[in-house]
Amino acid sequence: MLWKIAWKNIIHKPLNSVLCLSLILFGVSIISLLIMIQKQFEEKFERDLKDIDLVMGAKGSPLQLVLSAVYHLDAPTGNIKLSEAQSIMDGPMIEEAIPLAYGDSYEGYRILGTTIAYIDHYGAEIEEGRAYSNAMETTIGYAVAKKTGLKIGDTFMGTHGEVKEGHVHEDQSYTVVGILKENNSVLDNLVLTEIESVWQVHSSHDEHSEGHHEHSPHPEKEEDKEITAVLLKCKSKLATMSLPRVINQQTTMQAVLPGLEINQLFYMLGIGVTTLKLIAGGIMLMAAFSVFFVLYGRLRERKHELALMRSVGYRPRDLFGLLLLEGVLFAFIGYVLGTLLSRWGIYMINQQAESDFNLQFESAYIQGEWNLLLITLLVGVVSALLPAWKAMRMNVSTILAEG
Amino acid sequence: MIQTTELTYQYPKSNKLNFPDFYVKEGDSLLVCGESGCGKTTLLHLLAGLRKPTGGEVMVEDEDISKFSATKMDHFRGRHIGIVYQQSYFIQSLSVLDNLLISPYANDKEKAKIVADRLEIGDLLSRYPNQLSVGQQQRLSIARSVMNEPKFLLADEPTSALDNKNCSKVINLLIEEATNHQAALIIVTHDDRLKKEVSDCIELNPLKME
Repeated sequence: MLWKIAWKNIIHKPLNSVLCLSLILFGVSIISLLIMIQKQFEEKFERDLKDIDLVMGAKGSPLQLVLSAVYHLDAPTGNIKLSEAQSIMDGPMIEEAIPLAYGDSYEGYRILGTTIAYIDHYGAEIEEGRAYSNAMETTIGYAVAKKTGLKIGDTFMGTHGEVKEGHVHEDQSYTVVGILKENNSVLDNLVLTEIESVWQVHSSHDEHSEGHHEHSPHPEKEEDKEITAVLLKCKSKLATMSLPRVINQQTTMQAVLPGLEINQLFYMLGIGVTTLKLIAGGIMLMAAFSVFFVLYGRLRERKHELALMRSVGYRPRDLFGLLLLEGVLFAFIGYVLGTLLSRWGIYMINQQAESDFNLQFESAYIQGEWNLLLITLLVGVVSALLPAWKAMRMNVSTILAEG
Repeated sequence: MIQTTELTYQYPKSNKLNFPDFYVKEGDSLLVCGESGCGKTTLLHLLAGLRKPTGGEVMVEDEDISKFSATKMDHFRGRHIGIVYQQSYFIQSLSVLDNLLISPYANDKEKAKIVADRLEIGDLLSRYPNQLSVGQQQRLSIARSVMNEPKFLLADEPTSALDNKNCSKVINLLIEEATNHQAALIIVTHDDRLKKEVSDCIELNPLKME
């Protein structure tokens, strides 16, 4: 019966409850959205970084190099000479070196010239078809296949640049020979091909167009061959630490520790996230106050009801429990609605992130949200404590005698 | 059976209230009359254990309920006492039916329907208290007060807000319910109309200056 009374009291006068609920709702949804995105962002970045010790590319912003070469989220810093890169790649301290040559894009998905080692590095498996083995053959990522509808045997043209509506290279078409299984890594959103393909497309392309900097033009001579970046795995920690200095000083290229750059990025993002969390915390505090004021304010109009409950046999602590229950119910309803709202938020962000970054966030319930539930319920309990105490201590006889 | 002996109550900074001794058997009714301010409601609250007397005893069977602990009194009141108030107090957010089931000691839907039918509010069960007329509200109060099958039925000015027709209807229903449940009925009132209906009557004296 106490549950029923508490519940009915909340829905009986909806207007009073709406403010309380909406404050809790917004507080919860912002926090839940933040922790979901932060966690997945960090996980995704962590996953894609997988065993890449160094990124080598053209000089420029180190963060840009990492974002473009590892995460394919930014434009590359420029091209490097294959001959120069090769001397480092063949060095004694290198365990694995994966060269990357940026081609064009297809419907917004980047066409990336690389070696089969790149697929193996992320442990991707072929779902259908096979890995590319000749120029102009491609193996496409899971998401690419799903979104573009490309199938084995289909041919397509690359579009110049990263945007969907760009200049189309009409004379050189790629053929799909394989589709990868879902890998939850950058591979899902890439079209992989031989580096040779990228060179080929741009040699013919260069004949009737001008001003290409972000691609690897087809070499006239062997020493003119260019690629965009190289992902390196070193044999030892020591090599990882010393190699960047060597490369930065002795070549025209730069080498960056991606982990370091990403930590720096997270640190900067973290400041923003903390600010947002503080704002959400402020909203939760206001929510606590509003629950308090609603419960406390209603005590006056409800005192006869509460006195009546005492006179039919409820103990003071039952009334205490009733008020706490109402506070907790407010918190819980607000929490559930807030969690739903944050799912909707994820959906909206996905719409945006999908087209901008080929990023997708999961909306599964995560550990942090359990903690948020506990905190929210605590807010409900704390804000109901004083009203509950007042209800427990009231003088039934005086209230009933007042009439 | 309920019996009071030398019952007194002292409000702070006020005069002491002395109540006459009386006793009421199961199934009997007693009218306690008196002007406003002579302590009628106080007496009722002493009998219901909502206040503790300054002196004297309230004997129920062989126990002095004024010596009960707060928790024991709450339990005793919920289990054995039914109270009808001058104003109809209800939980406004609950339906009539749920208001009948409000007591933790009366959770029987079938019984609620039977009692409501007897008091002619059986077809109002799904309504809310503020949708009822004053007479219907008072009948609902009576229905609720007997839901726990009380041994004692206490009524505080149950008829003062009612017109003559509703007055005699309500008081008769009250007596009928008390008889049905073999409960001792004590009505405190200044409503002289009730003297016609209840034979046993004691008068409370106006405050004596001491």
